[in-house]
Amino acid sequence: MSVLLTAVVTLGVIGAGSAAILYLIGQKFKVEEDPRIQEVQDALPAANCGGCGFPGCASFASACVKADTLEGLNCPVGGQSTMDKVAEILGQTAPVAVKKIAVVRCSGTCEHRPRTNLYDGVSNCTIAAALYGGDTGCSFGCLGLGDCEESCTFDAIHINPETMLPEVVEDKCTACGACVKACPKDIIELRKQGPKSRRIYVSCVNEEKGGVARKSCEVACIGCSKCQQVCPFEAITIENNLAYIIDDKCRLCRKCVPVCPTNSILELNFPPRKDKSPKEEAATVDA
Amino acid sequence: MENKLVVSPSPHIHSGDTIEKNMYGVLIALVPAFLVALYVFRLDALIITALAVLFCVGFEYLIVKYIMKKTPTVLDGSAIITGVLLAFNVPSNLPIWILALGCLFAIGVVKLSFGGLGNNIFNPAIAGRIFLLISFPAQMTVWPAPDIAGTVDAVTSATVLGNLKSNPELLPSLQTMFFGTEAGSIGEMSALALLLGLGWLLWKKVITWHIPVSIMATVAIFTGIIYIFNPIPLYNPLIHLFSGGLMLGAVFMATDYVTSPMTRKGMLIYGAGIGFITVAIRLWGAYPEGVSFAILLMNAFTPLINNYTTPKRFGEVVKHG
Amino acid sequence: MLKTFRIGGIHPKEQKVSAGNAIQPIAIPNQVIIPLGQHIGAPCQPVVKKGDTVKVGTLIGKIVGFVSANIHSSVSGTVLKLDKVIDASGYRRDAIFIKVEGDEWEESIDRSSDLKKECNLSSREILDKIAAAGIVGMGGATFPTHVKLTPPPGSKPEILIINGVECEPWLTSDHRVMMEKTEEIMVGITIVMKALNVDKAIIGIENNKKDAIEKFGKCAEAYPGISVEALKVQYPQGGEKQLIDALIGRQVPSGALPISVGVVVQNVGTVLAIYEAVQKNKPLIERVVTVTGKDIKQPCNILSRVGIPVANLINAAGGLPETTGKIVSGGPMMGKALASTDVPVTKGTSGILVIPTLEAKRKAMKDCIRCAKCVSVCPMGLNPTLLMNLTEFEVWDGAEKHRITDCIECGSCSYTCPADRPLLDYIRLGKGRVNTIIRNRKTNA
Repeated sequence: MSVLLTAVVTLGVIGAGSAAILYLIGQKFKVEEDPRIQEVQDALPAANCGGCGFPGCASFASACVKADTLEGLNCPVGGQSTMDKVAEILGQTAPVAVKKIAVVRCSGTCEHRPRTNLYDGVSNCTIAAALYGGDTGCSFGCLGLGDCEESCTFDAIHINPETMLPEVVEDKCTACGACVKACPKDIIELRKQGPKSRRIYVSCVNEEKGGVARKSCEVACIGCSKCQQVCPFEAITIENNLAYIIDDKCRLCRKCVPVCPTNSILELNFPPRKDKSPKEEAATVDA
Repeated sequence: MENKLVVSPSPHIHSGDTIEKNMYGVLIALVPAFLVALYVFRLDALIITALAVLFCVGFEYLIVKYIMKKTPTVLDGSAIITGVLLAFNVPSNLPIWILALGCLFAIGVVKLSFGGLGNNIFNPAIAGRIFLLISFPAQMTVWPAPDIAGTVDAVTSATVLGNLKSNPELLPSLQTMFFGTEAGSIGEMSALALLLGLGWLLWKKVITWHIPVSIMATVAIFTGIIYIFNPIPLYNPLIHLFSGGLMLGAVFMATDYVTSPMTRKGMLIYGAGIGFITVAIRLWGAYPEGVSFAILLMNAFTPLINNYTTPKRFGEVVKHG
Repeated sequence: MLKTFRIGGIHPKEQKVSAGNAIQPIAIPNQVIIPLGQHIGAPCQPVVKKGDTVKVGTLIGKIVGFVSANIHSSVSGTVLKLDKVIDASGYRRDAIFIKVEGDEWEESIDRSSDLKKECNLSSREILDKIAAAGIVGMGGATFPTHVKLTPPPGSKPEILIINGVECEPWLTSDHRVMMEKTEEIMVGITIVMKALNVDKAIIGIENNKKDAIEKFGKCAEAYPGISVEALKVQYPQGGEKQLIDALIGRQVPSGALPISVGVVVQNVGTVLAIYEAVQKNKPLIERVVTVTGKDIKQPCNILSRVGIPVANLINAAGGLPETTGKIVSGGPMMGKALASTDVPVTKGTSGILVIPTLEAKRKAMKDCIRCAKCVSVCPMGLNPTLLMNLTEFEVWDGAEKHRITDCIECGSCSYTCPADRPLLDYIRLGKGRVNTIIRNRKTNA
């Protein structure tokens, strides 16, 4: 019995002593930090994705606290609600964030863009892009090997096995930009999600002359500039045989979509047109 | 030609070497030792080896298919080798259920729970043997006498190493140890048979000379130095080389790809470490045999050795010719 | 004991089935397509436009910047257009399309076949002629020769090494050139020695070309300063650094060029082109291409003009076999797989290898079993499986520390791996990334 007592007392004393020493050392070597940084950090989604441009949530929180104004600081994952919370903690006004989303600018499915050779290397877009122009006639288009899917930490982009193209899951995409960086062909872009999630964009990145582009893919942009001519807001530029719709100028009027001879311009989440011609069938992509 | 052209990065040819070729090469190298085992222990050797292989392959198949839910690749030869080597490390009269436990531990815990072939830190057969030794010391240290006459009975005797410390006058001749008819586990019988296996492995380029030679050299030199000052059988380098599991360990267990270092320098350090620890345990440790523990300990050092050794780089030597 | 390089190396089957076939000509088609980027460095600026008449040897593209090379028309006729063509890089690149009319050569070119031994030009004049002729490394690297033969200030070449190794399996174009143009090559060597101001040259030839070794050995007796060395057959002995180590035992340090150990290396084909340029005023417009493969009916070595589509050469070798799976431009270890046979022959096309379907596809890769065979065959002393892991996990500082930039992309590691891991694919990716990081570091520093 006394042995048991001795053991318990000894261990208890050692334990308590160690705890006391650790506490004292913890207090002595404590790093002084503005307590607001921790508060802000707790309000963040803790995804550590780097979408804000900082290496991790702690870094972003620190930047918010140190900045004079929250303008230019945005957490795309947390969105407006998170920035509002941060603003509240710091007594500042939250910047109005424009909700962006990843957009895949290629519609070269297996059906539209026939395969001309068999790629037998590693399933990695960067490696394939370094090797050659791809297994179709279009050397600008999506390779379908999934670097974007690999890079996404929100499970928001997947390669559709039938079309061999990536598809963005609207409610999961946080516009963190990982897939944009991962794509070696610069096919993915962050664009405004738009009111009611509506957006219009040219779904092609081929810079070849029209005839060549069209030969390799049925829905390629041929640089004919019909869309540019019909746009009332000067929102479309044509460079290197490729049309591009400028996000900030586009008012979603949809005039360009039906005039495109190859159905290369896509309009997402719009209601069907009253005057439906066969050309408009290309438009709806499932979110 | 209607088929599409295949496009892939270079190189466009392959040596044809496969994991299977290397694994089966090891199995072929084990054949001489197995033949000696059959000669000495008769049917027991066959049963133990066959069952060990069956258990190892079976457990790997079941665990990979039903627990890990992946496609089993049991025919790549590595489970078979684990079975054979584990069988070679146990007495020929080991109860079958203990053997099965050993196989389950070796395959399930040591190999598969770490991620399967290529990802294990410890050599499955060695770890299996040590697990059995520690869990079932009685059954694992009772060695049947060599039974050349053909009568399988329960006569047991101590092994060479067992006698080395206590009864040096009972030691068999060096010749017996080299050609292989002394008491011990199934695989450690004949140094000659094991050396033949080493020759085959080197010729077929399955392994390189660095690990076996560094182990044997370290053991010989370490004991040799002490022997010069105190020439009793306990320190005789040749006895140490030919007895116990040293040859088996040096040629087949320590050279396991996954658990040994990848650079030449690293392999030499690893072999020296094994040799040193083996001798230390044999001479001053409580166990008569040290090879298994030595290999297991050095397995733990392999990642560190890999980290701190690099292959000989091109450009480091600028000799003017 | 034959000499060879000291670290790593593999021994693939040699397959030199076309070694005994003399160089043969090929008919010029109606149209040739001459890419403007056939060399390392900036692509040429075209100096002709649609409708211009050209002869064989007319300058059609000129040097842009320091590391670049001229390009000349390989046929006579009319320029059809300036457009893009898929070349061996796998991408569409600028090229000049020429409609062929007759076979008229520029008057300045001496088309006679007699040997011209004397060269009274100065080193500078020789280099200018080489630059004007658009000569690039014909072993496949296509580095502009006049740049290579102009050592950086402060460095002095001591030895010229001639690469007659041709270590890639299947290829025999260099072998045939050595057998049929021996004297011309010897004169070419003296010209290069003069350009570099060295008095010693060694010709390295692998031991599977005994007839070439013998022929050169006899020839070299008349040339003091030039010796011939037979080398043990091992891949990648034709790599510059490995060849220098084999012949004279000097190892070029990491990140440095051969000139840092006093050596300049030139391929035999390049040397022949230099002879023709300096002594016969002939620019680089044609080269010997080996067309070969397991199911090729008539493996051959074709003297082809630049710009002829690869399809024509394959037809000349008996046509594309039914069993074709892959068509490789170059050798099987470092060549590029082509996506179509419309790709034109360029200055660096050493061979066309047709691989049957059964051998063309890769096997599925398995986990690394840490057998370290890749480590033992790497000729640069690297750890390929470690480099692949570092690249996969994007540990760029680790990759740099483990010398990923030293990789010569020879392919020995992927060739050897029993687990069929695509080691070189990842190492190439990592190498590119690390080189970019290093470049950015230098410009930001």
